[in-house]
Amino acid sequence: MTTQYLILSGLIFAIGALGVLIRRNAIVVFMCVELMLNACNLAFVTFARQNGNLEGQIIAFFVMVVAAAEVVVGLAIIVTIFRTRRSASVDDANLLKY
Amino acid sequence: MSPWLPILMAVPVLGAVVVALLPKGSDKLAKQVTLLVSLVVMVLTLVMAVQFSPRGDRFQFVAEYNWIPSFGVKFGVGVDGVALVLIALSVVLVPIVVLASWNDADGVKTADGTVIAPKRSVKTYFSLLLVLETMMIGVFAATDIFLFYIFFEAMLIPMYFMIGSYGGAQRSYAAVKFLLYSLFGGLLMLVAVIGLYFAAGKGTFMFPELVGAIQDPATQKWLFAGFFIAFAIKAPLVPVHTWLPDAAAQAPAGAAVLLVGVLDKVGTFGMLRFCLELFPEAAKAFTMPIVVLAVISIIYGAIVAIGQTDMKRLIAYTSISHFGFIVMGVFAMSQVAQSGAALYMVNHGFATGALFLVAGFLISRRGSPYIADYGGVQKVAPVLAGFFLVAGLAGLSLPGLSSFVSEFMVMVGTYSSQAFGSGGLAVAAIVSAVAVILAAVYILWMVQRALNGPTAESVKGFKDLNVREVVVLAPLVALIIGFGFFPKPLLDVITPSVQHTLTNVDVKNPAIAEKGAGE
Amino acid sequence: MDPVKITDYVGTGVIGVSWLMIALPLLGAAILLVLGRITNKWGHLLGVAMSLASFVVAVLGFVELLGLSEDARRQAVHLYEFIPGMVDMGLLIDPLSLSFALLITGVGSLIHIYSIGYMSHDPDRRRFFAYLNLFVAAMLLLVLSDNYVGLFIGWEGVGLASYLLIGFWQFKPSAAVAAKKAFIVNRVGDFGLLVGMFIIWTSFGTLAFGDLQGKVGEASSGTLTAIGLLLLLGACGKSAQLPLQSWLLDAMEGPTPVSALIHAATMVTAGVYLVVRSGAFFEASSTASLVVTIVGVATLLAGAIIGCAKDDIKKGLAGSTMSQIGYMMLGAGLGPAGYAFAIAHLIAHGFFKADMFLGAGSVMHAMNDEVDMRKYGGLRKLMPITFATFMVGYLAIIGFPFLSGFYTKDGIMETAMEHGQWMGWLAVLGAGITGFYMSRMIFMTFFGEKRWDKDAHPHESPSVMTVPLILLSLGSIGLGYYLISDNRFMKFLAPAVGLPERLPEFHLFSTTTVGLSSLALVALGAGFAWYKYGKSEVPVLAPRGSFLTVFARRDLYGDALNESLFMRPGQWLTRIAVFFDNRGVDGLVNGLAAAIGGTSGRMRRLQTGFARTYALSILFGAALLAGALLLVGNI
Repeated sequence: MTTQYLILSGLIFAIGALGVLIRRNAIVVFMCVELMLNACNLAFVTFARQNGNLEGQIIAFFVMVVAAAEVVVGLAIIVTIFRTRRSASVDDANLLKY
Repeated sequence: MSPWLPILMAVPVLGAVVVALLPKGSDKLAKQVTLLVSLVVMVLTLVMAVQFSPRGDRFQFVAEYNWIPSFGVKFGVGVDGVALVLIALSVVLVPIVVLASWNDADGVKTADGTVIAPKRSVKTYFSLLLVLETMMIGVFAATDIFLFYIFFEAMLIPMYFMIGSYGGAQRSYAAVKFLLYSLFGGLLMLVAVIGLYFAAGKGTFMFPELVGAIQDPATQKWLFAGFFIAFAIKAPLVPVHTWLPDAAAQAPAGAAVLLVGVLDKVGTFGMLRFCLELFPEAAKAFTMPIVVLAVISIIYGAIVAIGQTDMKRLIAYTSISHFGFIVMGVFAMSQVAQSGAALYMVNHGFATGALFLVAGFLISRRGSPYIADYGGVQKVAPVLAGFFLVAGLAGLSLPGLSSFVSEFMVMVGTYSSQAFGSGGLAVAAIVSAVAVILAAVYILWMVQRALNGPTAESVKGFKDLNVREVVVLAPLVALIIGFGFFPKPLLDVITPSVQHTLTNVDVKNPAIAEKGAGE
Repeated sequence: MDPVKITDYVGTGVIGVSWLMIALPLLGAAILLVLGRITNKWGHLLGVAMSLASFVVAVLGFVELLGLSEDARRQAVHLYEFIPGMVDMGLLIDPLSLSFALLITGVGSLIHIYSIGYMSHDPDRRRFFAYLNLFVAAMLLLVLSDNYVGLFIGWEGVGLASYLLIGFWQFKPSAAVAAKKAFIVNRVGDFGLLVGMFIIWTSFGTLAFGDLQGKVGEASSGTLTAIGLLLLLGACGKSAQLPLQSWLLDAMEGPTPVSALIHAATMVTAGVYLVVRSGAFFEASSTASLVVTIVGVATLLAGAIIGCAKDDIKKGLAGSTMSQIGYMMLGAGLGPAGYAFAIAHLIAHGFFKADMFLGAGSVMHAMNDEVDMRKYGGLRKLMPITFATFMVGYLAIIGFPFLSGFYTKDGIMETAMEHGQWMGWLAVLGAGITGFYMSRMIFMTFFGEKRWDKDAHPHESPSVMTVPLILLSLGSIGLGYYLISDNRFMKFLAPAVGLPERLPEFHLFSTTTVGLSSLALVALGAGFAWYKYGKSEVPVLAPRGSFLTVFARRDLYGDALNESLFMRPGQWLTRIAVFFDNRGVDGLVNGLAAAIGGTSGRMRRLQTGFARTYALSILFGAALLAGALLLVGNI
């Protein structure tokens, strides 16, 4: 049972990572990051279930809280960028270089 | 516990705060306050120095406060003879430099008449000067090695700004070079300081307790190297010397005086106090290569000085030659040579100080540091030329002027040193004596080109020294001549301290012992 | 007889305050230099007064010394502790030092007085007198000091005064260069003296003459020879002996009183003083004393040859000075038998050479500072006093019977002949050449046709200049006889330098081989000079001359040698060193800085600003870490 859950978790993580790397739209990238976080959450919960204790579940809650905070800040930034540049493409925001 | 040294260190830094907080536009007031504070410090120091008893304890006016108890770091200060004369040198030079740099912070005039504006305000310059004074006193007074290290590094900061913000056309380059060189050495020293702390295992950084704490020869050698490289860069010794000509040439004259006259002495002072006493076996093992390096510095510095076209760079290279003498004297392991080296540190401060200042006065009239842009100054400004000549003669160690006594003692002491059996260092002394000839060449050739001959067109309108400038130079010349004929007051303070060093290094000097017993 | 033991002075006489001799002129110099222009009006008077006061002290000290018994005639006056445990500053009052002190202050005062007139038109006369006073003080310190360090301070002090006075008219580039050259060549000699002092201190543990007495035998002969040769190097520098002679001729750029006082009468003889004062080292090393005599003989010939070809009156006299000091050096190298003659010749030379230099100055003063003798001629009628006094000096130097030089130079030649035929005959030959070049000078200057420039109006100098000339010429007449007859000077000096085992016999007119042959050669030389410059016309422009003349005119190629051996290679060495320092040492540092800067400049290109690139690198990093952990976990 555990193995299947972990494989699913790994797959979701891989999809998320791939999305972060290849998508340009900031919103999509952002959703992919969430996807990766949730893949981690799944793994945590799986291990918690297998080991029969609550630590994994607690960490999953932590991750959710942090993710929620991140969404608030991240979406705000994306909206601001979109407002100033009329674009949500991550490649257009490349001033922070050299 | 004596309050003298903490007070001496506190007064300038408080003065610096006052100067920095003065309202904008009160430049003149800032200068006056600085001068007043530095004079107060000078008087206080001289009053303290009179109470020093050469035959008493090694460290006097001792004060210790716990600072970082978990590492045993203390705010420990105290002076022995060598430290005392170097502190005296510093506090005498500061008011002179303040008066000499009255207009230095207003910008540097160049040959074509334009002025390079300073990056920071006038009062900042004088405030930095006072901060530097505290650190100069602190670095010589520190008996805690960690405190010494702090001052050793912290001194760089005011000097960095004095060069980088108020210097000539290439000030940034020079300031950064100076900073990087010194930091490199300082970090090596930091490693060695920490290594010393753990290798000694005494839980303290206090110098007197650490003497003789390291017995293992291999450890001694590593730690010695860490300290020595830092001091050799500071001193500076060939081949790590190239920062000095740049820094000295770009710095305002007053800052150059403190840089070469005092800051560099920390290197030779550190060799004498820390390298020799903490790591005697390593010092003996490295004596020969270091003396060779010193002799190379003496001759090489002199030869390169002859070839310079820029007055300030020339003076900087003569200093490299003179620092070679000091290092040779320190490592000759004989009382005469080490007393001579310690005395040389003081005398060189006065002689080179005077030379830098008078060259600065000359340069300020024309804007160009190049010797070729002058000629026949003696005709239009005889007083300036006279002071220039006296300072130059002190630079070539003319007998009757103070630097001769120290140079002679260093050379005689090295010649008669028993460090490598009888006459082991004789060759070093003889080769270094060649510098006596070279010194005459570099000084007199500069004098001939700049001061003698028909008066150059660009020099015609020169004004002779004004009262302020004479007041700056006269005390230096008086000290140079005075200590040239009566070096005893300084030597009486220095010699017992050097004897402590030699006892800790465990060097016996038969020639002196015999002479001492005979009297 | 060996020298007398030096004892500490305990009396309350003038000797106790003999430091006044040094202090007074030093004070004069200090006042004139520090107060500056304020003293312009009376500065020269103060200078003369200080020099005279010093002379009075010297005379009083001399009288007191004569009152002491012979074995108490070496008194050390302790002054103060100079370098604790190493050198005590003190003065040594003995016949040798006082002889010098009297010469320096006596002739020095006369030259001071003369300079009032000679420098009267110079706006910087005050500075001139300050330097003269400084010189007198330093020279007295040199001869009076009771240790080598004090001697060395005086030694360099006179070097400084010489530098300042040669370059007194420093606005002339030639004067500035000559001054610098004199100082630097002297420094080469100082190097020898310095290293000599290192060896003395290391071998004997003292630098005081008193403590060295009787100790010299303790050192090995190699050490003694080394000390002797190094001190000789110092002496060669100061006394313009071969191979360090080249500066003296250029030094004639200075005002003529300077040439008289410093470069004829006193300072250049300091080398002879050093050799005699350090006699113990030379007597103990036959090699060293032999080298002294060789240097003396070589220089006395070289100087004489140079003197033959110079048209510049001062340079001719300078060549002659070199040559005469060569005689003294020869005498000083002969041990106790020669010391007294060397010093006596030195004193007599101080008088007649100062006399002639001042005479030359008087001529120049009259001829618009013209120094070329080819533009003189026939001056004897217009300048009778100058002519008469110059003649006296001339007769004294060539050794005309019964004048000063006759006795003193003869003594040196006789003693040299006893030591070695070769040096005796060469010294006699030198005397013959002296007869030639000095007569040439006389004929070209005072006899023959006028060859003056149009604007020259020769006239006799004022009495402030002629009176010192007369006094000096009186010394040139009688001093030699007085000093040499009955071996008076030898006995007087004996407490300081010892006596030879056999005292020489004194003859009013010696009929030995040396005496007669030297007289004959001098007459021959003078006759030849009369034939060339007296009987026949002197061309106003110098003829090209034979190879030998050119050789002599160019100072025996001494300068050319120095230039190609030391100056040129030195310049190359400096240039290479500067290049190496800028490009090599500093280049390495700057290269390192540039390398670091360049690398970081390329590295920063990796920061593209694309968030996805960063994400990719994070992924790779994470994968790498995970891989590494797996690997480690598997092991």
